[in-house]
Amino acid sequence: MIESPHETGYNFAYLDEQTKRMIRRAIMKAIAIPGYQVPFAAREMPMPHGWGTGGVQLTAALLGPEDVLKVIDQGADDTTNAVSIRQFFQKTAGIATTTRTDEASIIQTRHRIPEMPLKAGQILVYQVPIPEPLRFLEPRETETRKMHALEEYGLMHVKLYEDIARHGYIATTYAYPVRVEGRYVMDPSPIPKFDNPKMQMSPALQLFGAGREKRIYAIAPHTRVASLDFDDHPFKINRFDRPCALCGGEGVYLDEVLMDDRGQRMFVCSDTSYCESRRAMGHGPVDASAEPAR
Amino acid sequence: MYVAVKGGEKAIKNAHQLLADRRRGKRDVPEISADQIREQLSLAVDRVMSEGSLYDRDLAALAIKQARGDLIEAIFLIRAYRATLPRLGYTQALSTATMQVERRISAIFKDLPGGQVLGPTFDYTHRLIDFKLAAEQEIASGVEAQAQPGAPMPKVASLLGEEGLIETASAADGEGDPTEMADITREPLSFPCGRDLRLQSLARADEGFLLALAYSTQRGYGRTHPFVGEIRVGAVDVEFFVEELGFEVPLGRLQVTECEMVNQFVGTDTLAPQFSTGYGLVFGHCERKAMSVALVERALRAEEFGETVQAPAQDAEFVLSHCDNVQAMGFVEHLKLPHYVDFQSELQLVRQLRKDFAARPAQGAEKASVK
Repeated sequence: MIESPHETGYNFAYLDEQTKRMIRRAIMKAIAIPGYQVPFAAREMPMPHGWGTGGVQLTAALLGPEDVLKVIDQGADDTTNAVSIRQFFQKTAGIATTTRTDEASIIQTRHRIPEMPLKAGQILVYQVPIPEPLRFLEPRETETRKMHALEEYGLMHVKLYEDIARHGYIATTYAYPVRVEGRYVMDPSPIPKFDNPKMQMSPALQLFGAGREKRIYAIAPHTRVASLDFDDHPFKINRFDRPCALCGGEGVYLDEVLMDDRGQRMFVCSDTSYCESRRAMGHGPVDASAEPAR
Repeated sequence: MYVAVKGGEKAIKNAHQLLADRRRGKRDVPEISADQIREQLSLAVDRVMSEGSLYDRDLAALAIKQARGDLIEAIFLIRAYRATLPRLGYTQALSTATMQVERRISAIFKDLPGGQVLGPTFDYTHRLIDFKLAAEQEIASGVEAQAQPGAPMPKVASLLGEEGLIETASAADGEGDPTEMADITREPLSFPCGRDLRLQSLARADEGFLLALAYSTQRGYGRTHPFVGEIRVGAVDVEFFVEELGFEVPLGRLQVTECEMVNQFVGTDTLAPQFSTGYGLVFGHCERKAMSVALVERALRAEEFGETVQAPAQDAEFVLSHCDNVQAMGFVEHLKLPHYVDFQSELQLVRQLRKDFAARPAQGAEKASVK
């Protein structure tokens, strides 16, 4: 047992070692069956469900004293919840933290995948609200588990087809379902579909934790992850028609920031670490940053 | 201005400071102590213990103080604390038949062995605000009921059982070896689930949610024809079997509320008509909760009795997946967290949809006229 270096009265990284072992077993199973949702006995954590209790439990079970942790929410290290989770592990595990993607051994995220490609040895921990990709088509867990077991994903394809019939394209923009290693259909958590291609063949280990729903699933390194689509309607990501207003970055996901009540807005990198590192390297705005009022 | 959009460490720190300040309230009013909460808001303490699934009055009182009286927040504090406690073992099943009773009523028999004991109850009070209570006053100590001291107080169900009029609990209900019981804190809930899992889930379920569901069964949504067989409140011994010693040792006492509902059951081709039961057991004095548990528990047994499952209260997946207030509050309230990345993709989509819509004026006009 690793002793907590801090006077918190709790074990290293909060959870007791038996709980961590139970979670690690679930992680091993999840890695062995990529995309399959492994039930686990999630504990109540000292932050509410929906704040990332699944991700926090994964991180707690993974952390060792040598780890360097990065926590992001909406791509940013300085959003309140990311700050709060980072502080939680600083307090209960006394580990080093960072905001730099390349320095982190474990990255816990809510709703984004960092822009900088991940490396072998890194672990990306996703916070997942609803792990079941079929949930909004079939509310019953007893049914959806059967559908996964029988590889019966017709309902999902019908839903996507109906989108195309109605709009001419698939009108799902985030939590866009993927198929992992040609078998399980999986919810990638509410990341924008812009991030979906980053999951494919990633050298990093990707772990998904849903605390309230008590499920863990995984994508092992170098695993095929295909966003669902049709031959005549291939998966496409939405690109922004302008660069980041702060660092001039292109081909990245941008946040729209309202500047005033007259329609003035600017688009900036959602990944704050990426944006800062670019600016540190001397990149800056490409042209007039703000869009004129409409 | 860009920085202002994102939160920060300082903002969180200030928010916590302000929260502590508001919790304390006006400084010229004396600070409330956890002891006062434990002694004088004891029913709130009982609810927090019961839904927090941890029997510790002092801790529950402190949680209520810390949560500024928000009971679900207090329940959450207790749950998070209890999650860190090691699991040493499982006690023997509680024997409520040998309970030291402070209240015991039955609505199905006028009198019964052991007698009816009202105990401390709001039931027959007039709900008139007592303005005198605004001032401190001496309260005379209560008279404890001593109806038939020492006399056994058998469970009402066992009285009916002698005639075979009521179902008897079976080993499948989780009686017998406690180590073979399911444990919702160690195993994720899965469906279909047995009575042990169901009762554990309901015991820690939100009182308000269960109350409404129980009420719905009385209004025709999964009718169960219930009677209060018995409600008893009192102290029970907790015993633990120590392997090394070869016998049970007492660990202490708990106050619990137990409710057994007796429900009509007309029988099927294979089952003779007899009364069925719904059962509720909760920590502390939580009568409304225990009754609601018992009503919902019986409604959830619909399938077992060959009844059509059509009402929300009969649907185990619906009830058990949504009855936990710590889970529910978390997921509902998490909508307060930033969602601007997802909203950004929705913005792009709606802009695209509107562009498409504008490009098809004829179709658009037709759609508008249909509406």
